[in-house]
Amino acid sequence: MAERPRARRETVRLLFLIAPSLFWLLVFFLFPLLLVFAISFGQRGTYGGVRWDLTLENYVRFFDPLYLRIFGRTFSIALTTTFLCLLIGYPLAYFIATRPARWRNGLVLLLMIPFWTNFLIRTYAWLLILRDQGVINTFWTGPLHEFLVQIATALPLPLWEILLRATSQPLHLFGTDGAIIVGLVYGWLPDMVLPCYAAIERLDFSLVEAAQDLYANRFRSFTRVILPLTMPGIIAGSILVFIPSLGAYVTPDLLGGAKSIMLGNVIYSQFMSARDYPFGSAISFVLMAVMLVGTLVYFRMGAE
Amino acid sequence: MKGIRVIGLLVLVGSLTASLVACGGKGGGEEQALASELHVYNWSEYIDPQVYEDFEAEFGVRVIEDTFANNEELLAKLQAGAGGYDIIVPSDYMVAIMIEEGLLAELNHDNLPNLSNLDPKFANPPYDPGLVHCVPYLWGTTGIGYNMEVFEEPPDSWAYMFDPELASQYAGKFTMLNDMRETIGAALKYLGYSLNSTDEAELMEARDLLIQQKQWVYAYDAEQYEDLLSADETVMAHAWSGDIFMAAEEDERLWYAIPREGATIWADNLCIPTTAPSKYTAEVFINYLLRPDVAAKNSNYTWYASPNAAATEYIDAEILEEPAIYPPPDVMERLEWMEDLGDATPLWERIWTEVRAAATP
Repeated sequence: MAERPRARRETVRLLFLIAPSLFWLLVFFLFPLLLVFAISFGQRGTYGGVRWDLTLENYVRFFDPLYLRIFGRTFSIALTTTFLCLLIGYPLAYFIATRPARWRNGLVLLLMIPFWTNFLIRTYAWLLILRDQGVINTFWTGPLHEFLVQIATALPLPLWEILLRATSQPLHLFGTDGAIIVGLVYGWLPDMVLPCYAAIERLDFSLVEAAQDLYANRFRSFTRVILPLTMPGIIAGSILVFIPSLGAYVTPDLLGGAKSIMLGNVIYSQFMSARDYPFGSAISFVLMAVMLVGTLVYFRMGAE
Repeated sequence: MKGIRVIGLLVLVGSLTASLVACGGKGGGEEQALASELHVYNWSEYIDPQVYEDFEAEFGVRVIEDTFANNEELLAKLQAGAGGYDIIVPSDYMVAIMIEEGLLAELNHDNLPNLSNLDPKFANPPYDPGLVHCVPYLWGTTGIGYNMEVFEEPPDSWAYMFDPELASQYAGKFTMLNDMRETIGAALKYLGYSLNSTDEAELMEARDLLIQQKQWVYAYDAEQYEDLLSADETVMAHAWSGDIFMAAEEDERLWYAIPREGATIWADNLCIPTTAPSKYTAEVFINYLLRPDVAAKNSNYTWYASPNAAATEYIDAEILEEPAIYPPPDVMERLEWMEDLGDATPLWERIWTEVRAAATP
């Protein structure tokens, strides 16, 4: 008998403790999500707003080749971004993690400092670097071109002709998918580096030594020991980069010159210029479903 | 003793006048006191800051301004339930939508005696006949901004942007507005159709034209196209008139032309949302903005044309004589107001998505 009130007190205490996070999840996550889900089955009112005649049409519309193509492009841009982030981020994380302990925090701080600046401002900065009269092209058509002219007069070779012709015109970097990817990679790099760094720092390097004692060369000890042991960091980083890249819409507008459209832009225009909330909600939901599947796969892999 | 009596009399007369004035508005009852603050939700750089100060000095009302970037943002904010704004400044077609959505309060014309200063051309705009819900604030056109060093003659035709032979000469050197209504509208105008077309065949023609044009377009941009012009990144831009005139103050090479095929005429309007905390103060402010000298001050500051006829004598001559701001009558006739597309909006949106998703050769 004496146990019951204590058990109840325990339950009450537990409820009390989880109440804030429960409240948070309900109000800021579940409720908006349900709202989006509900709206995705409605129909567009003539002047915006939602008419509640339930329909599946918004989901059917998504399977129009036009939107599927945009989805495919979005997916491949996000995938490329994630891959490049990994390619740059992992070695960087490895470098930082293998420095003496007193250096590491400082190096991580150095990595983070540029990211205290607003994302939009950093994206604008890339605009100034990439555009036709930007930093890169000023160098490309200026000093580099003149340097090549001098070499060409001193040492005539057919190779110079090609390079001279190339540098006589600015490179078209702005307004391309490449520019979008550069912006995204730069924007989300820390999200890749930090989880990788955490995983590598925790790595027990005596295991690497053991592998090398057993005649594994450096490559083999990397692929068989280091890589598998730091995989959770790689996967966490990839998800952290992939998800925001999939939903990007400022970067394609600014660096892509809005000439290349991603799913985030389609959603934005559905809510803004088309005032078609139901269709916008349906696309958002499909996108969220894809992200959810990705995250579930991650947890499944983590469990194994 | 006598002094006190005089003061008493003055107080009595004063309060009588005050109550009379208060009753004068609308059958009494309604609160007609000025609020201490007025919240204005405006486009950025769209009013002479001096006007806010003068208003505060004269009426003791502090004006607090918040800014928005486009009409859609304004509508989305209001529909999402943002309250607290006394004055908003939507463009014409958005006024029509907001009236339809019941977001705008009806104006009490008794509080707006200066309405008579308006040019009769603006007394009955198609989006709000009789100015029941709004007062036109400034107006302008959407045309072509250009670099005068590159163009000897003003590019006063949409052909510079759409005709394959002409446009390809400026390949990678011009921007179009990242705005569904304006850019599809410009293509429709070039083809000789209405920029409010809902005809599918006409819209498909416009779509094909825009997809063909895309290979020559540097970017679709509505935020920094004037900077791109100034930085020699481009030589020509599909542009809102006022943006170019503002930029021209800093870069003398820039100017603006209204295409002869016709273009969008638009007006931004002073409205009061139904949720406004101080409607009466907002009306006093609108009436203040309608004063000839105040209206002229805002025109001189923004380089947009004023619908206020009485303001003409206070507006700088260089603004009045500029055909790109106050076009001659024959050009004026070919300008078209944007009207809401209603149920054709998703079709327009789809076309706009197709254009932006199209691969460039």
